[in-house]
Amino acid sequence: MFIINCPYCGDRDQTEFSCHGEAHIPRPTETAQMSDDAWGNYVFFRTNPKGYHRERWLHTHGCRRWFNALRHTVTDEFVTTYKIEDPRPPLPTESQTSSDGRQS
Amino acid sequence: MSQSQRLPDELPVGNSIDRGAPLTFTFDGRQYTGYQGDTLASALLANGVRLLGRSFKYHRPRGLIAAGSEEPNALVQLETGAYTEPNTRATSIELYDGLVAKSQNRWPTLGFDVGAVNSMVARFLPAGFYYKTFMWPASMWMTYEKFIRKAAGLGVSPVDDDPDVYHSTYAHCDVLVIGGGPAGIAAATAAANGSARVLLVDENNQLGGALLGTSDNAASLAYRDKALQALKQNNNVKILSRTTVTGYYDYNYLTAIEKVTDHLGPGNGGDAPRQRFWKIRAKQVVIAAGSIERPLVFADNDRPGVMLANAVATYINRYGVLPGNDVVVFTNNDSAYQVALDAASVGATVTVVDTRKNISAEFKASLQQQSIRLFEGHAISSVRGAKGIESVRIMGLSDDGESLHGQAWEIVCTCVATSGGWTPSCHMFSQSGGKLKYEESIAGFIPDTTRAKKSCPNLSAGSCNGVFTTSECVEQGADAGLKAAAAAGKPATSTDVAAFAVNETAQGAIAPLWLVPTVHPVGEGNSKHFHDFQNDVTAADIQLAAREGFVSVEHLKRYTTTGMATDQGKTSNLNALAIMANIQGVSIPEVGTTTFRPPYTPLTFGAVGGQESRELFIQERKTPMHEWHVASGAVFEDVGDWKRPWYFPQTGEDMHAAVQRETLAVRQSVGMLDASTLGKIDIQGKDAVKLLEMVYTNNWQKLAVGSCRYGLMLNEHGMIFDDGVTTRLGENHYHMTTTTGGAARVMSWLEEWLQTEWPEWEVYCTSVTEQWAVMALNGPNARALLQELTDIDVSNDSFPFMTMREGTVAGVPARIYRISFTGEQSFEINVPARYGKHLIEALAEAGKKHELVPYGTEAMHILRAEKGFIIVGQDTDGTVTPHDMDMDWIVSKTKIEYLGNRSQQRTDTSRDKRPQLIGLLTEDPTVVLPEGAHIVAEVHDQPPMPTIGHVTSSYMSPNAGRSIALALLQDGINRKGDTVSLRLMDGTVLQALVTDTVFVDQEGARVRG
Repeated sequence: MFIINCPYCGDRDQTEFSCHGEAHIPRPTETAQMSDDAWGNYVFFRTNPKGYHRERWLHTHGCRRWFNALRHTVTDEFVTTYKIEDPRPPLPTESQTSSDGRQS
Repeated sequence: MSQSQRLPDELPVGNSIDRGAPLTFTFDGRQYTGYQGDTLASALLANGVRLLGRSFKYHRPRGLIAAGSEEPNALVQLETGAYTEPNTRATSIELYDGLVAKSQNRWPTLGFDVGAVNSMVARFLPAGFYYKTFMWPASMWMTYEKFIRKAAGLGVSPVDDDPDVYHSTYAHCDVLVIGGGPAGIAAATAAANGSARVLLVDENNQLGGALLGTSDNAASLAYRDKALQALKQNNNVKILSRTTVTGYYDYNYLTAIEKVTDHLGPGNGGDAPRQRFWKIRAKQVVIAAGSIERPLVFADNDRPGVMLANAVATYINRYGVLPGNDVVVFTNNDSAYQVALDAASVGATVTVVDTRKNISAEFKASLQQQSIRLFEGHAISSVRGAKGIESVRIMGLSDDGESLHGQAWEIVCTCVATSGGWTPSCHMFSQSGGKLKYEESIAGFIPDTTRAKKSCPNLSAGSCNGVFTTSECVEQGADAGLKAAAAAGKPATSTDVAAFAVNETAQGAIAPLWLVPTVHPVGEGNSKHFHDFQNDVTAADIQLAAREGFVSVEHLKRYTTTGMATDQGKTSNLNALAIMANIQGVSIPEVGTTTFRPPYTPLTFGAVGGQESRELFIQERKTPMHEWHVASGAVFEDVGDWKRPWYFPQTGEDMHAAVQRETLAVRQSVGMLDASTLGKIDIQGKDAVKLLEMVYTNNWQKLAVGSCRYGLMLNEHGMIFDDGVTTRLGENHYHMTTTTGGAARVMSWLEEWLQTEWPEWEVYCTSVTEQWAVMALNGPNARALLQELTDIDVSNDSFPFMTMREGTVAGVPARIYRISFTGEQSFEINVPARYGKHLIEALAEAGKKHELVPYGTEAMHILRAEKGFIIVGQDTDGTVTPHDMDMDWIVSKTKIEYLGNRSQQRTDTSRDKRPQLIGLLTEDPTVVLPEGAHIVAEVHDQPPMPTIGHVTSSYMSPNAGRSIALALLQDGINRKGDTVSLRLMDGTVLQALVTDTVFVDQEGARVRG
């Protein structure tokens, strides 16, 4: 069970949070002009990387604020958490990831 | 036979028992005596009871193998009635006066068991037998299962309510030390030298681990007592004994079960809970879980009397019990020699059979001193005695360990102490996500610290890390403790940990022998080589799995069931892997290991639940009118966490009669419903209307202040996910209502979009569900009744349908919404929650002359179905669009952007002939269709039949004077007037007419009247 650093509250137990999948997928504008494929991509398709992943989290049983996290999906390491309006943080470099990535 | 195997008081053994405190207990109906400090296992052994249970599959007679929680055989049914607990390990049960236990898995008696015939037909019960035999037909599985459970089940679950009290609690620490043996004690001592907060956890009633069972007891215990005393005086240290760490999860979150009062016997715990469940978050963990001796896999090595060598030593030294007067020690390593000496020193006749040759002169000399016979390069070839060993045969072992030769010697004995080496307990490290590596020198797996999971910082120390002398364990423990404290940011201020200064014999090399040959090839003849006693798996089963291609270690485990269940491979895992490696001709690390799963030992659900049981399990939500409902005899329904009145039966009425009466009364006079549970969200801010425009499918720009509008919410898939009425209270102020069950979901939905997509919008949502008490008045007399209680003019002209008025009702401030979920004249009266009870009492009093009837959710459901109003989640299921619900009227044709808009033009969402909502009238008006019944395209005698729809709502409608139903039917909107067939589970076929969804007041006049 993770410890997650809520950008508003600090370290809290995973039971207080819920995860809502890939982050940084803005809702398209001008949706009426979109092709079925493009709209379908927005609605249904998400990446599912083995490695670092930017995710949306909600501090459900806490401040009820949404935020983003950069997490490694194999090691469950949280590199960082950041507010919705913050720029997306860079991925750690390969040399930092390799030892973790091999653990699966 | 009174404690015939208990050693005399004069001998310097039995440090754990108090001979001055005899206890009486019962096993399988017979009374025995033991001593305070005994385990049930040691007490039974002291009384010469060797047969303790029948094995899982073959019903073979089984006795004790171990002295600790690794015991796979001696699982007993402890206590009776509500206190009974199945599958408890006799080795872990502390004896108390009056204890009652029964053996398991035998019928009718332990000595004569009908199921033992399985053993004779064993060649027909191979690995995977159940999978192979009971696969087809699927419908027979239920029959097979009953038979299998009866034949194979171990203990019996309690039937009665658990009378015990359990607690669960949290703990946070800098360093958690798992295991209170020499390594663990040293680790805790070192870690606590500074300011680190240390938690030391051990599963036994006494700390000390391996120190407790050693022959040089006095010195070992003195060392332990001194160290423990220092720990107890340190305020930074908390010691939990009788506590087993059961699970190790991410980010150093661990669970442990503390058996607080189990050792006192049922009902004797006073105010203390029976067990306490610990949820521990540790900055650093030191795993000092010790190691488990593994048995040698020889022919019929499961016969009662064959035990692990260290268990024999433990029973002698700790409990003063000699497991057998004639002991054969069968070993492939040095550790069992001390056991031979211990047994001889208390008077046993001992023979050592070592698979190795060239035993050191030093060992030989010490054996000679005790007149112990030694057979070098020999192995046990067979065992005589089914319910207890009578003798063993030994033969010479070839150098490659593959065959036996020469003269067979028969040695009379009642106990075989066997040692195949020691397996480090890597369960915790493996559970934490770490990988293991094979260490040739000890023939076992140890933690590979380079492949630990980063989020679970831990260190292993002592014999779970592959070192086996006490002094090395102490050294490693102290080192790990210092490192852990430093890593936790609380370094020790001094590094002093007392070294273990007791003399130890150096250990020579182990000669792995994973499968002891016999005169027949393994798997032939009548003898069996067990490696997994609890799951009854033999070496022959592994050979079979290999022949059938189940060579992957994960397949092997599941196919043969080795290492599964509550045992988790404690004594069996390595032997299984090694036998498979041998068969395949590969190395053990190439076979690999399976992942150990929590819990380490079984734990009770009671403890996991802790205090949160019965009425504390789920918080009940009650409306402000709840007491009135109770006083009025309401029967309640759970709706989410809410208690809602279901119906209000009058004397002599059953549910059907009450619901029919309530439903009729609403349309004939007036009824009142507690609608307080509906979700209510207060929305304010200059961008409030922009939010409504995005989350609803219809237009909100032109809604006047004081007006109400119904809205449908879609998710981005274009599917309906909630509905409700929203009212404009002011320029930038709205009151949104949601379904009872959807309240939290809708609130989260609004917040999600506002926070993540439109953070710049000025709009604020506040849940006010519990701030308002709501009574809905419905029926032709609603207006007359309401007018008596309010200062608001409620005439149709000044208070039309779909508007809201503020004023007072029964003297308290109120908002009245003229909206309707029944199709009747309807007023939803909202008052501040604290006036809810006052409001319902005032309504009930004033309502007497209007024949006001309180009604519950069941009548509400019928009333809305009579009007074809949908319930989201009942008539919809997350795959239903507004068009499918025949609700195109609520989808804006002019609005471009709203959630779920584009999905409605997707090819699948907009295709013809999707299931659509229609009404159904059965041919026989007295027949109420079951909800969920399938509409079939063609009727056959037997399934399958092509399904074209299903019933979503179905009731007996007193106002329509017949049964009515709503259903989803393919292309339903175009099929009105058709007759369709429904086939029920019992084979009945019914015909029904496809109709419109409105069954009462088709023109909708009443609601506006």
